[in-house]
Amino acid sequence: MKTNYRLLTAAAVCVLLAACARQVQEEAPPPPPPPPAPTPAPVDDGRYQPSDLDSDSCLRQRVVYFDFDRDNVRSEFQQIMNCHAKYLRDRPSARITLEGHADERGSREYNLGLGERRGNNVRNALQAAGGSAGQLTVVSYGEERPTCTVSAESCWSQNRRVEIIYTAR
Amino acid sequence: MPMKSVPQLLAILLALCFALARTAGAQGLEIEITDGQAAATPIVVVPFEYVGTSAAPDTDIAAVIRANLNRSGQFRTLAENDIVERPQRGPEINFATWRLLGQEYITVGRIVDNPDGGYRVEFEVFDVSRQERLVGLALAGRPQAMRDVAHQISDHIYEAVTGVRGAFWTRIAYVTATGTGDGIRYALMVADADGHNPQPVVRSSQPLLSPAWSPDGRRLAYVSFERGNSSIYVHEIATGAREAVAAFRGINGAPAWSPDGSRLAMTLSRTGSPQIHIMDLASRELTQVTNHWAIDTEAAWSADGQHLYFTSDRGGKPQIYRVAATGGEVSRVTFQGEYNARASVSFDGNKIAVAQGAGNVYRIAVMDRSLGGSGRWQTLSPGNLDESPSFAPNASMIIYATREAGRGVLYAVSADGRVRQRLVLADGDVREPAWSPYRQR
Repeated sequence: MKTNYRLLTAAAVCVLLAACARQVQEEAPPPPPPPPAPTPAPVDDGRYQPSDLDSDSCLRQRVVYFDFDRDNVRSEFQQIMNCHAKYLRDRPSARITLEGHADERGSREYNLGLGERRGNNVRNALQAAGGSAGQLTVVSYGEERPTCTVSAESCWSQNRRVEIIYTAR
Repeated sequence: MPMKSVPQLLAILLALCFALARTAGAQGLEIEITDGQAAATPIVVVPFEYVGTSAAPDTDIAAVIRANLNRSGQFRTLAENDIVERPQRGPEINFATWRLLGQEYITVGRIVDNPDGGYRVEFEVFDVSRQERLVGLALAGRPQAMRDVAHQISDHIYEAVTGVRGAFWTRIAYVTATGTGDGIRYALMVADADGHNPQPVVRSSQPLLSPAWSPDGRRLAYVSFERGNSSIYVHEIATGAREAVAAFRGINGAPAWSPDGSRLAMTLSRTGSPQIHIMDLASRELTQVTNHWAIDTEAAWSADGQHLYFTSDRGGKPQIYRVAATGGEVSRVTFQGEYNARASVSFDGNKIAVAQGAGNVYRIAVMDRSLGGSGRWQTLSPGNLDESPSFAPNASMIIYATREAGRGVLYAVSADGRVRQRLVLADGDVREPAWSPYRQR
C-alpha cells in the first residue's frame, strides 16, 4: 500500500513536472534583444556638438583683438566669426556673452564705451555670419579687467579684446 | 583643557592678520612734495601752545596748517626750527623779527580748554609789514577733531591772504585696488583732502569706478560691477545705506550730481550707444539729453545747472562738448589736443580740466575761458598716463590719477601748475579721485 502511495506521488510529481516543463516549453522563447541603436555619426550631419567647443581648433579660439582706438573686427578674425556663428546656428540653445575690453589709456568711462562698441561689432559680425541676435549679449568692462598690467604696447594689445564666453552650450 | 581645533586656530590667525592689516592701512596716503615753490608767499605759523589744565591735544595744529599751506603751492612756510620766537597772541609779536626773516604773514595761536569739553583754539593772522591783523577767531572742537580744526584754521588763513575761500577742510574719494588677478579687491575710500583718516565706504571683489560727491557731501554715486554688468549706486556715507539707481541693459556709467543735488546725469547705452541721460532722483524719471550713434559720456554740470559738458567721439576722437541740460544743440568746446576727455569744471565755470592725449602721452590740461575767446590752455602734469582730473571746490588745486613704477598713484597739482605733490597708498593701486564739495560745519 505504502509503495503504491509513493509511486502515485512520484507519478503525480512527474506529471506535474512534465506539465510544467511542457508549459515552459510551450512558451515562446523570449525575443532576442534588439540590436543596439547606431550612435549618431559625429560629423555626418555637419552640425557642431558641445564637445567641439573643446576640440575644434576654430571654436577653441575665443578672443578677438583690436587695433588701438579701433573697434572694427579685422579680417583675420573672420574665420572665428564663421565657426562660432555656425555653432550658434547648430545649437539654438547656445548662448554667448561677448565681453568687450580696452587698454588702460584714456579715460575709464570712455573705455567702457569703447569696449562695448567692440563687443557690438563682434556681435554684428557673428550675426552677419548667421548667428541669431537672441543668443548674443554684450557686456563691457572697459579697462577694468586687464589680462596684464604692463604699461607698454605688448600688454595693451592683449587688453584690446573681445572675449567670447559661452554661458550655455 | 580641550585642545583648540584647526578651524579655531585658523580663525585666530585670520583675526591677527586683519588687525595687522588695519594698522598698516591706517597710515593712509603718504604725501611727498616733488616740486619746489618758486613764487609762493612766505608765511610763518608759530606752534600753538596748549595753555589748559588737562592733557594737550595729540594733534600738532600748527604743523597741520603748515602742511596745508605748503601743499597749496601758494605759500612757503617757515620751517619750525627757524621759528626763533614763539608769540601766542598779537601783543606778543615782535614784527621786526619776522620782517628780518622775510615773512609776509604770521599766524599765532594757542589752545585752551573748552568749558563745554574738548578744546578751544584761538588764532590770529597778521600782515607783517603793515603790522595789521587780518583775522582773529576761536574754534572749538572735540579732542579727536583737532585735525579738522587745523584745516578750518588753514581755510581762514588762506582766505584772509588770498581773498579766495580755502578748501583744506574738504575730503577726497578714491578707489583702491589691491591684489592681482582673480584676487583683486576694490574699495571706495574717503579721506581728508590731505590723505589722513582714510575710511572705506564700500569694498568689492568687482571693479568700482567714477565716484561722484553729492553737493551736500553726504552721498556718493559710483559705478559698480558687482551685478556682473556696470550699474550706478547711490550710497549714503554716514549710514552705509546704498541703492542701485541704474542697472539697465548696457552701460550704466559716469554719474554726476546736478548742483542742487536733485538729479543725476549718467551715461546709459540702453538706447544703442552710450548717451547722456538725466535721472530725477525723487521720481527716477529718465530724460535723454543727447542722441547720437557716437560715444557720449562723462557728463559734468555747469555751476548754474543749466548745461552739461561731456566727452564725445562724434567728431572722430574724444573731445569735450556742451549741451543744455534740457537737450538740444551740441557744441564743441575743446579744439586743442587730439584727445580730450573727462572734463572737470571749476566752480566759477572759468576753467575746464581734462585728460588730454597726444599719441601715447596723456596729461592733465586746463582750459581757461575767463579771458574770452576759445580759451587759453595750460598743461599741468608731465604724463604719460595722467587721467581723471578733479577740481578742488575753490579751483585752487586739481587732484588726478596716474601710473608710476607700475602702480596707480594720485597727485595734487596747484591750478597754476607750479607745485605738484604725490599722494601714495601704502600698497596697491589708487585711482579715480574725486574732490568733495566744501564741508558743512
